[in-house]
Order: sequence, then structure tokens, then C-alpha cells
Amino acid sequence: MTTHYLVLSALLFAIGGVGVLVRRNAIVVFMCVELMLNACNLAFVTFARQNGNLDGQLIAFFVMIVAAAEVVVGLAIIVTIFRTRRSASVDDASLLKN
Amino acid sequence: MNGTIEAPTIEYALLAPLLVVFGAAIVGVLVEAFAPRYLRSAIHLPLTLLSLAGAFALAVWQAVKGVPTKPAAMGAVAVDGPALFIWGTILILAFVSVLLIKDEEHFVGSAAAVPGSAEEEQSLIERAAHTEVYPLLLFAVGGMLLFPAANDLLVAFVALEVMSLPLYLLCGLARRRRLLSQEAAVKYFLLGAFSSAFFLYGTALLYGYAGSVDLAKINQALGSVGGQDTLLYIGAAMLGVGLLFKIGAAPFQAWKPDVYQGSPTPITALMASGTLVAAFGALLRVFWVGLGGLDWDWRPVLYGVAILTMVVGAILAITQTDIKRMLAYSSIAHGGFLLIGVIATGATRAENTSALSGLLFYLVAYGFTTVGAFAVITMVRDAGGEAWHLSRWAGLGKRSPLLAGVFAFFLLAFAGIPLTSGFFGKYAVFQAAVANGATPLVIIGVIASAIAAFFYVRVIVLMFFSDPAADGPSVVLPSRGTAAVVGIAALATVVLGVFPQPVLDLAHAAAQSLFVR
Repeated sequence: MTTHYLVLSALLFAIGGVGVLVRRNAIVVFMCVELMLNACNLAFVTFARQNGNLDGQLIAFFVMIVAAAEVVVGLAIIVTIFRTRRSASVDDASLLKN
Repeated sequence: MNGTIEAPTIEYALLAPLLVVFGAAIVGVLVEAFAPRYLRSAIHLPLTLLSLAGAFALAVWQAVKGVPTKPAAMGAVAVDGPALFIWGTILILAFVSVLLIKDEEHFVGSAAAVPGSAEEEQSLIERAAHTEVYPLLLFAVGGMLLFPAANDLLVAFVALEVMSLPLYLLCGLARRRRLLSQEAAVKYFLLGAFSSAFFLYGTALLYGYAGSVDLAKINQALGSVGGQDTLLYIGAAMLGVGLLFKIGAAPFQAWKPDVYQGSPTPITALMASGTLVAAFGALLRVFWVGLGGLDWDWRPVLYGVAILTMVVGAILAITQTDIKRMLAYSSIAHGGFLLIGVIATGATRAENTSALSGLLFYLVAYGFTTVGAFAVITMVRDAGGEAWHLSRWAGLGKRSPLLAGVFAFFLLAFAGIPLTSGFFGKYAVFQAAVANGATPLVIIGVIASAIAAFFYVRVIVLMFFSDPAADGPSVVLPSRGTAAVVGIAALATVVLGVFPQPVLDLAHAAAQSLFVR
């Protein structure tokens, strides 16, 4: 039965999504995005099993590589703003507004 | 389980424009690694410009030789008429943006140095420069080329990230007002990553529904797979969220003003033109090819999104006091006008062709005008950098009539006044929409254009009919690159406004065969 895996993947995705919306620390927000990507991977692998082809498993590898690249860029940006402001809170960064 | 993987065949000739841009980007990285510091800029600039021009020539050659009728690279990349037209547009716009970037004073000397620290001082004294912007830009342009040509959702996701990741970095590299720039980068990155996670989960659900991520196979499955509609609808909606975020459609528009304001202005010019063109190309392909059989379901949703986008963009632009934010909201409103073209699908091939060709023409017209407008902004300076606040632009027409005149002309083109390119762009899209029964949408579009015209004209009045402040901003003498950009953009805006027929014909020829499946 693959349903359980799909439910788990949807739950992980939802936890990640809520985390992005409610957490303040940019690093934690970013970790929540990564959790969402991993939920996608679980869904891909489950559907690969369900559909009986390998596409989903291959896609999971692509997603891992993209997620790794995203970590490099994301941490660089977050570390830079942390060094400037001594804070990684997304609420503090609020100079840009109407 | 069927476990064999066939070796792919790749049509290298068809993909040559992409390969040239990515190849030049990789060579650029090697230059960063091995060339001495004082030579880098001298190598990067010709390399970047030549590769963009070469890719453009290859795309034209491909278009002249004949457009292929089936997707390349085992169905992963579709090099068809619309894709070639969009490639040409993006390559020209990127080329023009690079001429702006050439002014190295837009970029920080050392991004790692904390603003106001001794290290930053040191980097200024040493005249350090981040020449990495050139390879980063080429990677972003490569992603922009791949995104609208992606014929399966995995390639679309990878292209989306290849396009976005370098842009996140480039946003944070402004030389002045670095806090704003870094904040823009963080916001763009977190929201962009969030939206691409939605795109990916949508892809996963559609893969679960159709058993493939190929757009044509998803469309085939729409009629034949039963009982899994939940997967299909949620998947399509999530895919839509990811794509609409990239074009900045309401309610996913919040990042646009912040990012456009904080980024270095040449990068804003590239994002406002190239990224928008690429994202619309991808949106069209996903909705027309991949979800074409579902159009009765997605059209009402996009209908609402288009109305909201036009209204939000036009009304919020009125309240802005910052020129870059104002242009960002204007870009949101234009995204709404373009969405009308996406909705204007009809029952027959000819109707779809007219909608698609109108949209392609609009993208070209808007892209040139936007790059020109941001190029003008780079030239109006205060002591602390570019003068963004609208009050600083008061009386500019009396100090430098030529520059203010050109800017006023760009604003009129945004507003869609006849004899500018903006008029024919709007006309082509609205006409197609009326022909395909979206008249209410066009009426709202015209009202939104009228509201938008108000704030464009307000800036013109401010520039020409109010007295200049005593300590007003100075207009710097443009470098040859910046002057060329303003000239090219103004020329394109005039020519497309007075003799639009050749480009309209070209767009029509590109749209003739629609998207390959």
C-alpha cells in the first residue's frame, strides 16, 4: 500500500509550509523549505512505485542536486545578512516597504 | 517493473543557443578561477556579449532553416516557433542589460565585507570588483532560455532553479544601499524557494496522476485516467502557484516591489524583462500544452487572477513614492494584461494563433521599454547613489530635457498611448481576447490601463511642470553602454509603435504552428 507514504509526504509538505509562514528565523524558514522539497521526493518515489516506472526515482536525484545548490546560495545570502544585522530574523529585515 | 533506461539521442544543433550560453558561463567560471584579477573584466565582457550574440545568431539560423515539428532531446526540450521567438527576445534583452551591467559602479566590491566596516573601506581602496556577475548572469540567461522551452515538468523545474538561483545572488550585490539590497536578496530567495517547492509538489502530483512528467503525456492522460481527479486538480493548482509567483501575479506579487527596489538597477532591468518573458513562455506551454484539455477548469481561475493582478498593480502603483517601486507595480499590472492573452484561447487554431502572436509582440514591446526605463533611472543620481524618491525627480525636465523627454516617452509607452510600442502590444492582446469571448476582461483591462495612465502622467507632470529643487539630483553623463541601451530602447519603442507590422508578422509566423507536442 502506497497511500500511507503519500499521506506522510503531504503531512511533511504541510509542516514545511506552515513552518515557512510562522517561523521567524531565516535559517529555520529555509529548513522548512528543504522539508517541503523532501516531501516532494517522497511523493515522487511513492508514485514511481505506484506507476511502475523509474521516472519518479530519477527525478528524486535531480531534486536532491537542486536542493543542494539551493543550500549553497541560500546560506550565502542568509550568512551575509546575519553578519550585517547580527540577526537572522525575517521580521527585522523590513526596510523595504511603502 | 520496467527497469531499462534507453540511451538518449540529443539534437545538438537544435539546442546550440542553449549550449553556447551555458558553455560561456562555465568558461566564465574558469576565468574567475585562473585569470589574474586585472584581466578578468576585460575577458568577461567580450565573452558574455559574444556568447549572447552568437546564441542569437544560432536561434535565427534555426528559425530560417525551418522549425522542427517534434520536441528535441527525447521530448525534454521543445524548440518550436514560439520558443525560438522567445529565445531571440530574451537574448536581445539580456545583451542590452549586459551593456548596463558593464558600469561596474553598480556592484559591490566585496560582498562579504560588512557594510560600513574597515574591510569594505579596504575593498573600495583596492577597487575590488565582483566580476562573478558575468558568469552568474549567463547562467541566469541560460535558465531563462531553457524554462519556456521545457517540454517536461522536471526540465521546467531545473530550468526554473537555474534561472532563479543566480538572480537571488545578483540581487544582493548592489554597491550602494547595501542593507536594502541584502534584504531584497533574502526576501526573493525565501519566497522564491517556497514557490518552487509548490511547483515541485504540483509536478509530483501530476506525475502520480499521469505516470509521466512529459507535458504531452499529461495532456493525453487528462481524458483517459479516471478516478484520480483530486491529484490532478491539486497538482495543477500547485503548478500554477509556482508559475504565477514567477510572473508576479496577484496574490503572489508581494516580492516584486521589494526585490525590484533593492536590487542593483541593471539586474532589475534584466529581471523585469527577461524573467518575465521566460516565465510567460513557460506558463503558456504548461497551460496550453500540458493542461490544454483542462482549460474549462483553469480558465475561470486565471480570469480571476488576471483581474486581481491588473487592479492591484494599477491601484497600488498610485500610492508609491519610489520610482523603482512604481515601475515594479507597473510590471505587476502589465503581467495582468499579459494574462489576458493566456486566457484568450479559442476553439480554432487561428484564434489561438492570434492570441499567442499578440502576447509575443507584447512581451517584446514591454521588454524593451522596461530596460530603457531602468537605464534612465541609473543616470539620475544623488550624493548617495541613484535618486529613487519621486520628489527628487521634480523639475528634471527643466535641467535635462532630453533625458526627461526619453523617460516620459517610455512612460507613455507603458501607458499604451498610440504611436508607442505599448499601444500595439495592448491592442493585439485585447483584440484576441475580444475575438475569443473574454470581453469583460478586456473592459477591466482598459479601465486598469486608464488608472495606470494616471500615475505615469503624474510623473511626467512632475518632471516638466514643477520647479526643480535647489539641491536636486544630478544627471550623470552616461557611459557608452548606458547611452546605447537608452538609445536602443527608445528606438525600439518608436519603431514598434510606428511600423509594428514586421515584428507583428514575425510573431504571427512564430505562433503559426503553435507549440509542438
